[in-house]
Amino acid sequence: MAEPLLSLRGVETHIGRYHILHGVAFDVPEGGLTMLLGRNGAGKTTTLRTIMGLWRASAGEVRFDGRDITRLQTADIARLGIAYVPESMAIFADLTVQENLVLAARGGPPRSERLDRIFARFPALKRFWTLPAGLLSGGQKQMLAVARAIIEPRRLLLIDEPTKGLAPAIIANMIEAFRELKDSESTLLVVEQNFAFARRLGDTVAVMDDGRTVHSDTMQTFAADTALQQHLLGLGMDTHQ
Amino acid sequence: MTDASITDNPPPVQARRDIAPLLLVPALVIVSLPLVGSPASWLTLTVAGLAMGLMIFVMASGLTLTFGLMDVLNFGHGAFIAVGAFVAASVMLAMGPWMASDSLWLNLAAVAPAVLAAMALSGALGWGFERVIVKPVYGQHLKQILVTMGGLIVAEQLLKVVWGPDQITLTRPPALRGAFIIGDVAIEKYRVLAVAVGLVVFVAMQLVLSRTRIGLLVRAGVENSEMVEALGYRIRRVFVGVFVVGSALAGLGGALWALYQETVTAAIGAQVMVLIFIVIIIGGLGSVGGCFVGALLVGLVANYVGFLAPKVALGSNILLMALILLWRPQGLYPVAKR
Repeated sequence: MAEPLLSLRGVETHIGRYHILHGVAFDVPEGGLTMLLGRNGAGKTTTLRTIMGLWRASAGEVRFDGRDITRLQTADIARLGIAYVPESMAIFADLTVQENLVLAARGGPPRSERLDRIFARFPALKRFWTLPAGLLSGGQKQMLAVARAIIEPRRLLLIDEPTKGLAPAIIANMIEAFRELKDSESTLLVVEQNFAFARRLGDTVAVMDDGRTVHSDTMQTFAADTALQQHLLGLGMDTHQ
Repeated sequence: MTDASITDNPPPVQARRDIAPLLLVPALVIVSLPLVGSPASWLTLTVAGLAMGLMIFVMASGLTLTFGLMDVLNFGHGAFIAVGAFVAASVMLAMGPWMASDSLWLNLAAVAPAVLAAMALSGALGWGFERVIVKPVYGQHLKQILVTMGGLIVAEQLLKVVWGPDQITLTRPPALRGAFIIGDVAIEKYRVLAVAVGLVVFVAMQLVLSRTRIGLLVRAGVENSEMVEALGYRIRRVFVGVFVVGSALAGLGGALWALYQETVTAAIGAQVMVLIFIVIIIGGLGSVGGCFVGALLVGLVANYVGFLAPKVALGSNILLMALILLWRPQGLYPVAKR
């Protein structure tokens, strides 16, 4: 079996005096989309932040492309080709759309063909190119946050709840964007509460509960097992849109 | 993929600038005219206010950026101002004949190296201060206040050790003494120079912040330093750079302030820190534009009130801060923090 692009083994994370992750372990195969599912408070966001080095793992190991990245600084992890889209989107509100993207392109000015692809997927970004990003709508901010992550080719995208609070039309756009990305150049690890979205896009799934990984499988198998979904998530994937 | 060419899209949308805080400055200048009465006095006070405001801006701009970038409350910023003042004074005193000369060029040849030396030493001190005093207390506000205040006290005492306990008297060179007389209006030459230097610093900062990648990094870091790290930039290096530049600017401000007051004491930095904190709070912590407008307002109010009602001059800037915070509780140009 091919080596996973990302693997977590026994990862523990403390935030202050709180013990949040208790030995998280799962793999993200290269070239697909892995969904990280779980109830609120299960530790999904903390897992993404720990991978990115924004919280420091107190034990365990995070490996990316065969390399131990557990102790690396966040900036060094990003330079390996990992991009992060937080749940808050974290766009720079006082910077224009253009400046947000220019800053995200570390290698120099954004390439025009790359920008054309982004504008084709998210036309609003071109329209509001010179507008401070803080004036964008929630959906447009999410577009910008995703565009910022893909302004240069990245090997792995960590995306936290990309559909939260978005209109159905924008969610459909996101689905197409993520499908394109996984088919063309990137591996994705996505935290999601929208099960319909998760089922349509996910190739593999990891389920978390109370700071632990409680199940890992292919999405196809998991989506077919309603009883397991009920047991792990408290409801079936068919019941939530 | 959606086929959405740009020609199908509505035209690009432009942002509207928030100019209300900026309009406060001309409004204050205009309102003060009938209160002062004499146009000649009014013009003199206005230029004095702008000069004072811009000198404070030069000293405060670095502090607001270091707070915005890393949430560092540096009460020791006054040490860089004092060091700048002492170094500039020493260099100018050492070049006494050139300072006393009637030649404009010899005067400038004495003042320019003094200012550059002040900036260099204050910048170097800032680098050491950040590494030794600030770095161990990132993210711990109470410790930052205590340790940077302690650093300021130690720096003041060291200044007395090196330069002695007495104040240094400094005389401006002939080229910067006196006033331009226009009709019955007298405008001090030195104040015009202070305004020019302050404007150059402001324009240069705006250009760097808006036109360069490092400027984008600073602005983004002020909003959300964690996300800047997640994009692959080492924000602490940016912060150290900003700290050093901010300290050098404080040194420049100290040199200007020393020449303005014509006396230098070890407490020169601590004395002006109250005004600096008022300015960065009024402007919105982390905002250079806000710091600029805030500094102009503070300088103008101090001069107008000092003329109209000297007894309330001391409290006038506190009152100004209170009024502005009632209008905009996060300051004139609040920075969108995560």
